[in-house]
Order: sequence, then C-alpha cells, then structure tokens
Amino acid sequence: MPRICPKCGASNLRGAERCYLCQAELPSAEPGAGAQALVGNGGAAAVPRRMPVPMLLFTDAARHNVRMSALLYALLAVVFFLLGAAIGEALGDVGNGIALSAVLCAILGGAAWFSGSSIVLSLHGASEADPERHRQLLNVVDEMRIAAGVPMPKVYVMPSAGLNAFAAGRKPEEASLAVTQGLLDRLTREELQGVIAHELAHIKSRDTLYNICAAVLVGAVALLADMFLRGTFLGQGHRTRPSEGGRDGGGRGNAAYLVLGILLALLAPLAAKILQMSISRQREYHADAAAAGFTRNPLGLASALSKISLGGAQVPGGNRGTQHLFIVNPLKEFGPDASALMSTHPPTEHRIRRLNAMAGFGGV
Amino acid sequence: MAYLPLAVLVIVLTWFVAAYNKLVRLRNQIKNAWHQIDVQLKRRHDLIPNLVEVVKDYMSYEQETLTKVIEARGAAVSAKGTAAQAKAENVLTESLKSLFAVVENYPDLKANQNVAALQEELTGTENKISFARQFYNDSVMTYNNTIQAIPSNLIASLFNFTQETYFQAEEADRAVPKADLR
Repeated sequence: MPRICPKCGASNLRGAERCYLCQAELPSAEPGAGAQALVGNGGAAAVPRRMPVPMLLFTDAARHNVRMSALLYALLAVVFFLLGAAIGEALGDVGNGIALSAVLCAILGGAAWFSGSSIVLSLHGASEADPERHRQLLNVVDEMRIAAGVPMPKVYVMPSAGLNAFAAGRKPEEASLAVTQGLLDRLTREELQGVIAHELAHIKSRDTLYNICAAVLVGAVALLADMFLRGTFLGQGHRTRPSEGGRDGGGRGNAAYLVLGILLALLAPLAAKILQMSISRQREYHADAAAAGFTRNPLGLASALSKISLGGAQVPGGNRGTQHLFIVNPLKEFGPDASALMSTHPPTEHRIRRLNAMAGFGGV
Repeated sequence: MAYLPLAVLVIVLTWFVAAYNKLVRLRNQIKNAWHQIDVQLKRRHDLIPNLVEVVKDYMSYEQETLTKVIEARGAAVSAKGTAAQAKAENVLTESLKSLFAVVENYPDLKANQNVAALQEELTGTENKISFARQFYNDSVMTYNNTIQAIPSNLIASLFNFTQETYFQAEEADRAVPKADLR
C-alpha cells in the first residue's frame, strides 16, 4: 500500500522515505504502518469512522440550494418585519416601525442580491486576471469549466500571499472565481486544476447563491443585535421623560423591547454559527467529490489541500461573514478534530483522506 | 369529486411536458458538447503554425520533427468524418509530444518567453480537448440513462429520442504507454 504521510496526509510511493510534499520523514515500512499513521497522535488503534457523503446530482443540489436561499430570504424578511413591529411598538407607532424595517430589508437584501459578489471581491482586494500574466490560470479555469459544463466565470486574483480561493455569484451564468497570488505561485498546474474544479462545483451546484444569502442573514442578525443593544439604552433614556408616550403603553412596550433585544443579542452569534455550519461542511465534501469527477484526478486536489494547510490559508479581509466562501477557512487552521463542531469547513486532513481513498489509496 | 379526473389529467400533462423538455435539453447539451470539442480542435490547429514559426530558427537540426507536426496538422485539418478525424488528431497529439520532448533539449528555446507561452497554450488546449470529450461522454451517459429508464423511456420512444454514441479512444491509445527510460 502507498505510504500516507502522517503530517500532511499526502500519498507517497511505496519505497519513499520522505514525504514528497512536506519532506517529513515517513514511518517505517511495516505493513499497516500507514494505517497507524493515519490515526495520528491520538494513539487509538481504531480505524477512523467512515462517513459516506451522499452524492447528489447537480440538478438536485442546485434546486435544493435555490429553495434554501428563498427560505433564507423569507426568514430574513420575517425577522425584519417582526423587529420593525417591535421597535414601532416600543416607540409607540407600529406602522412607522414596519415601514422602516421594510426599507432596511429591501436595501440589505437588494444590495446582497445585486452586488453581493462584487462586495465580497472588493473586500478581499481582488482584481481581474490579466490575460498575459495569468495565462495559465485562465487556461486552467477554461479547461475545468469545459469539464463541468458551465459558462466561463469571471476570474480574479487576490494579492495575498496566503493560499486560498473562493467562488461567488448567484448563478453559473454570472459567477466569479478568485484565487490568491500565493496559490498561483505555489501550486502546480495539476493542483490548481483541483482547486478550480472544486470552486466550479460550488458554482454549478449553486452553493454560491446560498452562501450569499447566508452571509446576508448572518450580517443582518448581527446588525440587528447591535441596533437593539444600543437602542435599548437609547430608548430607556427617552422613556424616562414623563412628557412622552402613553400612560402605561410605553412601559409595556419598553419591557418587550428590552427582552427582545437581549434575546437577539444572545441568539445572534449562535444563529450565525449554526447557519455557517449547516452551509459549509457537507457542501465542501460534495464539491471535493465533484472536483475529483471533473478532473478525474483526486490526488491533484488532495495535494493542493495539503499545500494549502501547510502554507497557510490566511487572507487579509477574510472575516466571519465571508469565511464559509473559501476553499479552506481563511481565518485560522483547525486541528484534525479540535473544533469540528463549530467550524465552517471539515478538517483538511479528513478531506485529503477521502480524496486519497477515491484514488484507491489508504482506508478512509 | 367531479374535479378528480381533471386534477389527474393536469398532473399527468405537467409531468409529460417536464419530461419531454428534459430530454430536449439533454439532447441539445450533447450537441453543444460535441461542438465544444470541435472549437478546441480548431484552436489547436490555429496555434501550431505560430509555434512552428517561433521554434524553427532554433531547431535547424530537427527539421524532421517539425515536418511531422506540420504534416499531421494538415492531415487533421483536412480529415473528413468522425473516425478519420479522431485518428488524425491522435497523430497530431503524438507529433506535438515529440516536438516538446525535443524542445527540452534546447535550453535557449525553453527559456524563450514566446515558446513557454505557446507551450502553455497548447497544453491548455490539449486538456480542453480531453475535458470536452469527457463532458461529451458524461452528457451522453445522462441522456442515454434518461432514455432507457422508466418512466421517461415512454416519452423517448413516443417522440423518437434515440441513443447517442460515446466518443471512444482509439484502441492503440488505450494500451498503457510504455516509458522508454534506457
């Protein structure tokens, strides 16, 4: 069996003594040594649990994402209207509150819908790929989009030296794809193919649409929590003036206002986390599998992922709102299982292991 | 109660239209995929004269390799029919491979910006050709699956949707290439 590097998870040739990728020394060639190494420093002899990835058809995945996006937008609208009504109630005029929330909702949703991808792109300093300087990148994107059967996306390069990539866009016809300069400098052509194929899989299954909607909802919840926490004190200041408001209506509204604000402030981060979790992990595995299908070469992506996790995936401008868009989380590198519960991406090592298994190497 | 047959009729009709449209979409996708292959093949034909132009001054001793590439290109351009075309394109691929192998022996040439750019373009085009073929075959598989599977096979047979054929590699191509390491 091939030698799996215990450090980065890359598959090495049978006789290899050092990992071709990270140059770490490989364990001795006893039978089963590779499998032992896979378990890592936990020391447990048990083979890691095999978790099947449900392979969706692209059309099904896309339909599911469109439905979920619509649901998210509806949720956003409902939350906004309820809060608008609550603000209105607290300030003594329900109608104005609802009107205000409707305007806010339209602005936020509209901005995300019509310029979501350009906002994300400019946030990370991406500029359009140059046909002369980024010839290879453009060729690779063209190759992979032919394999995926989608139109050519707009290609951007981020100046960061970190290794990362993301895709954005509501539908395949108007998608964009961005990679960092570091990725171009450090990856081979084959590895780049794997990364690009992964991003195109996100585009084809319309994960990117859902991502934008999720980012909006997470952002909106945070914004509202903020507004309420500040507004609570502001509102109380007003309320203390005896001349304002009705007899006891003001007091009742104020209490509801307070409770809602505190509840929201508590729920906001949690809701954001849960959302991002639900978005990303299954989709990442799915996109990896699809990328292997497009390139017919799972080891290219596996090798790219190990390089990315070793070389650092940090991208300036990466933040909580956009972290789930990237191929590897741009905020920090997660340990094998450490923060599995709360992370937007599956541990890179698990992804590499699955890709190796697709190529027929090593047990998953 | 009287509306029940009507409701059933509407449901059946909706399914009918959806299934028919799906078949049409899949068939058109196959056609498009086939043209994609042609587009990339054409692009390769267009790139080769540029490459030969850049390379020939450096490679006065390798006229034979160059002549082979030019001849193979000519044959591929004029080939008629799918089978003949595929065969000619394979010959062209082989001749390009040997040309690039020769380029490796000329450090000046390898360092040349134009050659490097052209080599990347040709590698890209080779890849695009094979990915286009792969996508064509994937599309054919989806289409054939839909035609043969119940219940969409009913509509397929009713409206004469016939099976498409896969693009197949030449028998010789399928043999495992032997590396000559000497």
